[in-house]
Amino acid sequence: MIKFDQVSKRYSEVGDVLVDVSFTITKGEMVFLTGPSGAGKSTLLKLIALVESVSRGQVFLEGQNLNRILEREVPFMRRKMGLIFQDYKLLNDRTVADNIALPLLIAGYSHQEIKRRVRAVLDKVGLAGKEKSYPLSLSGGEQQRVGIARAVVNKPSVILADEPTGNLDPALATEIMRLFKQFKQVGVTVLIATHDLSQVIDSGCRQLTLEQGCLVSD
Amino acid sequence: MKGFFMVHLQALLFSLGQQLRTPFSSLLTIAVLSISIALSGAFYLAVKNITHLTGHLETSNQITLFLGQQVSDQDGRWLLTRLEKHRSIQSTRLITKTEGLKDFEQFSGFGDALKALSRNPLPMVIQVFPRLNLTTPQQLQQLLDELKALPEVAVAKIDMQWVQRLKAIIVLAERGVLVLASILAFAVIFITGNTIRLELQNRQEEVVIAKLVGATNGFIARPFLYSGFWYGLLAGLLAWLMITGLMALLQSPMEQLMTLYLGYQEVVFLSVLDSVILLVVSAVLGVLGSWGVLVSQLSRLTPE
Repeated sequence: MIKFDQVSKRYSEVGDVLVDVSFTITKGEMVFLTGPSGAGKSTLLKLIALVESVSRGQVFLEGQNLNRILEREVPFMRRKMGLIFQDYKLLNDRTVADNIALPLLIAGYSHQEIKRRVRAVLDKVGLAGKEKSYPLSLSGGEQQRVGIARAVVNKPSVILADEPTGNLDPALATEIMRLFKQFKQVGVTVLIATHDLSQVIDSGCRQLTLEQGCLVSD
Repeated sequence: MKGFFMVHLQALLFSLGQQLRTPFSSLLTIAVLSISIALSGAFYLAVKNITHLTGHLETSNQITLFLGQQVSDQDGRWLLTRLEKHRSIQSTRLITKTEGLKDFEQFSGFGDALKALSRNPLPMVIQVFPRLNLTTPQQLQQLLDELKALPEVAVAKIDMQWVQRLKAIIVLAERGVLVLASILAFAVIFITGNTIRLELQNRQEEVVIAKLVGATNGFIARPFLYSGFWYGLLAGLLAWLMITGLMALLQSPMEQLMTLYLGYQEVVFLSVLDSVILLVVSAVLGVLGSWGVLVSQLSRLTPE
């Protein structure tokens, strides 16, 4: 599903961020990516999300070599992934429903289909009835659930989450993690970058640890 | 296909909604754009009016013969009958000294001044209308020379000259309108482009998020392109109103002027075709302006 083959990433300003990283994540697996700040967790996710490109090595997603993806194919690759961010990245001048509908609108779904799917996903993340609210009127946990709803509404095969619980208290974080497990159970591959080790240990999931750009444990 | 249509309709309405949400800045942009468009349009219309007038003047390349003071009315009439038989002359008209005086009193307002004179200072005048097959300046010049040579004629003037000069000026003015319109068209493109660039900057976050959830550049560009379309179209409409308003204001003095000079009046407004072209060109310029900016800026706006 996701395969890193001797991947290195080097920024001219800061030097090596990832060094010779190799691992494979199979379909339907839920994996935590841990390590101290600056270890290269975000960069690793950005390589998969086609936000950054590798300096050396190869990244595969669903068997496709991401090095060979053309600029104009990038949007279509991104539609296969659901991205979740620490700062939620919601549009604060749009309603919850409009935020979640964005990927569907982009993919060209009909109005009825969009309405149906938005309602279904809001149910799933426990935000039923909040369609018309604006993100800033919601709590942090609720905003992140909107972010998750947006990420999964287009039924992606991979979910990439960068510190999804970084701004949430432990109780809310646990709930978010429960949501991720539900997605894993329906066959979605989930890769979560976090430095919150308590969540990782509780989950009993596979853990990749980065330190100064190197994969130190798998 | 229906989905494609819907997506465009959504973007079209969304972009209009965006402009309505910021009425003040939208209105400012539209006002600036419409002034550029209205300037070109107004100059075009001015030239069109003059061209229209000279179209009528073409048939009036008449020759005016001022007869000498010593020529009596009888001699004048005798000359007239001779001229009417000339093969190059279509028709003639005699204005006797008395008639000339009457006309002068009526139209000039200097009637009282003339009464102070002991005798009528005006010469007898014969207006000569050449045959219509006399079209080249050389042919007319030949006739003019011939008429000048007549002993009764003191001065012979052809009215063609000022028509020709006017026509040369009009050709120049038409070029001028074209050049001016081109410059102002670029102004419209740049102004729209800059407005769209600012909008893009204001909505940078939104653009980046849309890209992260799989939006193509085309999808992101669409509402901005429609935004350019609306700016252009609305500015075109406003410009049309400005030009028409201007013409309505100028109509009666222009008609007065025309009556005085030509004896008839006909003010030309923007035709339906002119108006359609004005609106279409405005909208196209708006789209072009935003397109230029989007092509150069959109690929630079990446999630990083």
